Amino acid sequence: MSDHRFAPETLAIHAGQIPDAATGARALPIYQTTSFVFDSADHAADLFNLATFGNVYSRLSNPTVAALEERVAALEGGRAAVASASGMAAEAMALMTLLQQGDHVVAAGALYGGTVTMLAVSLAKFGIETTFVDATNPEAFAAAMRPNTRAVFAESLGNPSLAVLDIAAVADVAHAHGLPLVIDNTVPSPYLCNPIALGADIVVHSATKYLAGHGTTLGGVIVESGTFPWDNGKFPGMTEPSAGYHGVKFYETFGDFGFSMRARMETLRVYGSALSPMSAWQILQGVETLPLRMERHSGNALAVARHLRAHPQVGWVNYPGLDDHPQHGLVQRQMRHIGGRPAASGLLSFGVKGGMAAGVKFIESAQMMSHLANIGDTRTLMIHPASTTHRQLSAEQQLAAGVPPDMVRLSIGLEHVDDILWDIDAALAAAAKV
Amino acid sequence: MDLTAAPPVADRNTAADLRRILQRCRTIAVVGLSAEWHRPSYFAAAYMQGKGYRILPVNPRYAGQAILGMPCVARLEDITEPVDLVDVFRKTDDVGPIAASAIALGAKCLWQQIGVMNAQADAAARAAGLDSVMNRCVKIEHARLFGGLHWAGVNTGLVSARRRA
Repeated sequence: MSDHRFAPETLAIHAGQIPDAATGARALPIYQTTSFVFDSADHAADLFNLATFGNVYSRLSNPTVAALEERVAALEGGRAAVASASGMAAEAMALMTLLQQGDHVVAAGALYGGTVTMLAVSLAKFGIETTFVDATNPEAFAAAMRPNTRAVFAESLGNPSLAVLDIAAVADVAHAHGLPLVIDNTVPSPYLCNPIALGADIVVHSATKYLAGHGTTLGGVIVESGTFPWDNGKFPGMTEPSAGYHGVKFYETFGDFGFSMRARMETLRVYGSALSPMSAWQILQGVETLPLRMERHSGNALAVARHLRAHPQVGWVNYPGLDDHPQHGLVQRQMRHIGGRPAASGLLSFGVKGGMAAGVKFIESAQMMSHLANIGDTRTLMIHPASTTHRQLSAEQQLAAGVPPDMVRLSIGLEHVDDILWDIDAALAAAAKV
Repeated sequence: MDLTAAPPVADRNTAADLRRILQRCRTIAVVGLSAEWHRPSYFAAAYMQGKGYRILPVNPRYAGQAILGMPCVARLEDITEPVDLVDVFRKTDDVGPIAASAIALGAKCLWQQIGVMNAQADAAARAAGLDSVMNRCVKIEHARLFGGLHWAGVNTGLVSARRRA
């Protein structure tokens, strides 16, 4: 076995699975078991003391889940990963491992709504406070720092805002304050953007989206870079004996994967949001084709964005892959280039002329595109936030949340682009009659 | 940007080098081995002992006592049997004389643990024909190359279509 730098297209298929010693099975076996036998009392003791590596119980680790964990860690260029039952569970695992009562978070303002609720409501219940700042202004992150700040959180590509984060600049701000930068990299997927290479310390994913890609399975993953200096005095939970696990000092004992081991043993083990082996297997079927799919999603979305911008019924188009997007320079630097230009995922939003009523009519007139609240499926998905996800807000509140009444969000799928454009044109024609 | 993923590399040893070292070296003198079970040196030595390696504890603090069931000596020079690998849990500045002793003992490999990176000792060991490893954990490398670490979600950097040994 010799050392070689395998490309992501290869890692997406091979990383994390070597044919097992018992059977030599080439495809990944599904280890559908809750528990694993101990060889002896000493072996059991060594496993519980983390003195040896092995499987005990599938709430902590499972060989099928481990294949997904190592594969995503490899695709992100990270040191180690821990999977969870959903993307929200992954975010909760990262934040609950990092933070404790009295801590403060500086977070980007235009985050996925579920993340905003977790930070502003759920973690606030446990005495963890969050300041939300403009994601497009790295200096705003610096200005919001407090002595008790312990994490910086942002999305590489905002959902649904599509705001692009200057990851290197925000990482510099976080590191200048001795803090880790946590990045939700769900929208670009690890094929289009690697936040760790740009300075991020922890990456979280909703694997439900592009990683799985088929819209069948929930899952999440956290990845650690292996390079954050946890012994800088701000993270005693990493350096002092663990009250939650037999007095282990996680950073001293496990070094560059100490955060992952602590997340696994102190958070995943205790709160129980483990990923099922069957789900891990289903997600991995998708991961094998991630590079091919992201190329098609991005190519189709660029064609749709260009088509919409030239359409008389469309007021505005927001797609980071367009050359005149206000942050296109950042997109050029941070995103993978395919065919000579940066690929920007399948997510875009646009305004239907005619406002709220026209937006609703567009959605109701589509034939092939699906009206639902998910992204990253093989199918083209659409939602009109003002009449669905943000319906309970006033018109003023919707605008403040970046949701104008005419806004439609599309998650462009893998269908033939001509068919997507056909459906869009027909729905726009119907919306014009409102 | 370069999006090619690769695990952090600690020194110039390839996976094949480390595999060869851990296969040919069966007796390990652990310099700075603690008797306290939650210390990293104890974790590593207990793990290697469990995998069939002969562990020889070296630590003046426990000289004359037993750690992991093996008699502890104060210094490397006090060991009276052949040593294959000298595993160093000491400060980087302290490694020079340990490397000299390892060479004098006829060891096959000088291994400096995570955070221990004495380049002069590394060069001296190599010049004397020893293998030399820096800034790596003997337990983690064994688990990475021979199975186990993968189950902890760690990026082992290994890709292979051959049945796992």
